Amino acid sequence: MRLAPLLAAMAFMVPAFAAGPTPEDRLSAVFQAIEANRPGEALKRVDALILDHPNFHLAHLVRGDLLLARARPLQTFGNVTKNVPPEKIDGLRAEALARLRALRQRPADDRLPRHVLQLHPDQKHAFLVDSRRSRLYVFANDAGRPRLVADYYVTLGKNGIEKTREGDQKTPVGVYHVTANLPRKKLTDFYGSGAFPINYPNEWDKRRGRNGHGIWLHGVPSEVYSRPPRASDGCIVLANSDLDLVARYVQVGTTPVIIADEVEWADPAAVEADRRSLAGAIEQWRADWQSRDTAKYLEHYSPQFSTGKQDIAAWSAHKRKVNAAKSWIKLGVSRVAMFRYPRERDFVVVTFDQDYRSPGLSNVMRKRQYWVKEGARWKIIYEGAG
Amino acid sequence: MQIPAAPRATLRRGLIALGLCAWLAAGTALGDELQEANSLLKAGQHQQALERVNKALAAKPRDPQARFLKGVIFTEQGNTKGAIEIFTKLTQDFPELPEPYNNLAVIYAAQGQYEKARTALEQSIRTHPSYATAYENLGDVYAKLASQAYDKALQLDKTNTGAQNKLSLVREIARGPGPVAAAPREPAKPPVTVAQKQPEKPKPVPEKPAPAADATAEILKTVNGWAQAWSKRDLDAYLAYYAKDFRTPGGEPRAAWEKTRRARIGGAKSISVGIGSPKVTMNGPNQATVTFRQAYRSDTFKANGNKTLVLVKSPDGRWQIQQEKSG
Repeated sequence: MRLAPLLAAMAFMVPAFAAGPTPEDRLSAVFQAIEANRPGEALKRVDALILDHPNFHLAHLVRGDLLLARARPLQTFGNVTKNVPPEKIDGLRAEALARLRALRQRPADDRLPRHVLQLHPDQKHAFLVDSRRSRLYVFANDAGRPRLVADYYVTLGKNGIEKTREGDQKTPVGVYHVTANLPRKKLTDFYGSGAFPINYPNEWDKRRGRNGHGIWLHGVPSEVYSRPPRASDGCIVLANSDLDLVARYVQVGTTPVIIADEVEWADPAAVEADRRSLAGAIEQWRADWQSRDTAKYLEHYSPQFSTGKQDIAAWSAHKRKVNAAKSWIKLGVSRVAMFRYPRERDFVVVTFDQDYRSPGLSNVMRKRQYWVKEGARWKIIYEGAG
Repeated sequence: MQIPAAPRATLRRGLIALGLCAWLAAGTALGDELQEANSLLKAGQHQQALERVNKALAAKPRDPQARFLKGVIFTEQGNTKGAIEIFTKLTQDFPELPEPYNNLAVIYAAQGQYEKARTALEQSIRTHPSYATAYENLGDVYAKLASQAYDKALQLDKTNTGAQNKLSLVREIARGPGPVAAAPREPAKPPVTVAQKQPEKPKPVPEKPAPAADATAEILKTVNGWAQAWSKRDLDAYLAYYAKDFRTPGGEPRAAWEKTRRARIGGAKSISVGIGSPKVTMNGPNQATVTFRQAYRSDTFKANGNKTLVLVKSPDGRWQIQQEKSG
């Protein structure tokens, strides 16, 4: 058929339209009609889509192809004949590919994201960004385990991912959380329907000398429906209607945002084994601290340990002194969350409520630790307030 | 735009299709009036042409040919509103005629109203599925709409739409109702495809050897060869079938016309041109008119329609195409 160059390579799957088809669902139905060699239906569908979403520029591009195909054979997808800067068309082509790929490559039902080992009870949802697929996946908290509930096309940094410097126009890779909710009325139109800053640079970024700031999840300007996959200055950008949906899941200070090269879909049993192994280490650390066996307690810390202020020597000296002065310690650990850190081997961010009681001092705090596997053993490389 | 042949401005110059010929030949007073009006229009004498048509209409106010011609004159005169009115009314009174839709579309497209043009052309084709002009025009309109869609996709300025492509205005109704058209319009018969085969021995060759018969055979051989060269996309061979003084459809220079043909034919992945029920009329020893059903099919486009070729005998004895008309 005439649209062969457009879509020959895009085998397709039918998305389930849960709460009425999204513009992306409708676009995919257009492609489906093209693939089924029903260009007339495809044109009707794209016309209707554009009527409802006149700023969906990718839909206009597809419509252009469908019309042009009636006049002459297409050479390429986005067969713009006019002399225009190629990057303008390339952005839309990339968006088409990203959207279609994400819809086609659905995670299997029996797989879980390897990065989410455990959610704590108050984290109702977690966000995972798959940079390769330009996709944000939303997971609900199912008794500590993630369950995929929705996913959205996102725009990331112009220069890709793994932000290291202010102004490098990259999106950071790591484990973050939402730190604020900036409503639309406090923002310019550029940010669309709202913004959710995240805590880049986190402790691990800082420790590696990374800088920059102002990484947000936010919407798009009113004149567009979406932006190309790589177009932001490092922020994670969603269509305004999608951001509105995502906003319903956000808990400021709580909702984790994990940004990875890609979401690794793993066997739940393997994820559970991972979780157990680390949970065991944490429990041992708790028990060793409570028993005031300081030597054993300090064995849980890596030689590379640092709080940012104290290295392992200073930390050990301090702990020895404090623990020696106590006749008893009671330590409670609860509301534990564990996330594997992307691009790091066996590196897990753990946050929990620490209930510390001792003669003279009791306090409850939210704590964050970074655990790494050294040899066969999990060790703490960072510890601080969470 | 994807066109099987180059019919566009042939039509602009005036299309003489069989029905009309017969009808005009019927020699009615009305026919004479219109024939003259037509000649005047071709000569660019719009006002005089209009007067003739009005005269004809006074005698027969509902006559579709006369009304149609008046619409064409209005269009040429730039009286868009008047032309739209006439053509619209014709589509209502004679919904089976494809030409008024086509011309409405031409006017809408000239106004930049491409969606309206598209609707009209689609109706024209629905009315008459093998109407080549409407297909051709529709191709232009689709390309224009595509261009607009791309502009929106890329957020470009609307003013930046590139060269205006004029669509083909049809001058006459080819198979009009009327005295002669009382003969029922026959459904288009699938023409015989001879493109890939050896040219068949032409049927209408009379048994008795006569100079004319020889010529007829030669002419049919030429037409088949032309269709084959076209089908094979053998551009040099194809273009060699056209006489030096070939009247290019839009009156454009020969070189420009050849360039367009090369681009179109060369741009197709496959082409097949079939010739059905050819009829040769000798206009003299060195000129002949051939009419036939042309079945054109490429990887992207399909159209069946009537085709008329006027061939002339060149000094070296070869028959060559001097005029090519569709409709």
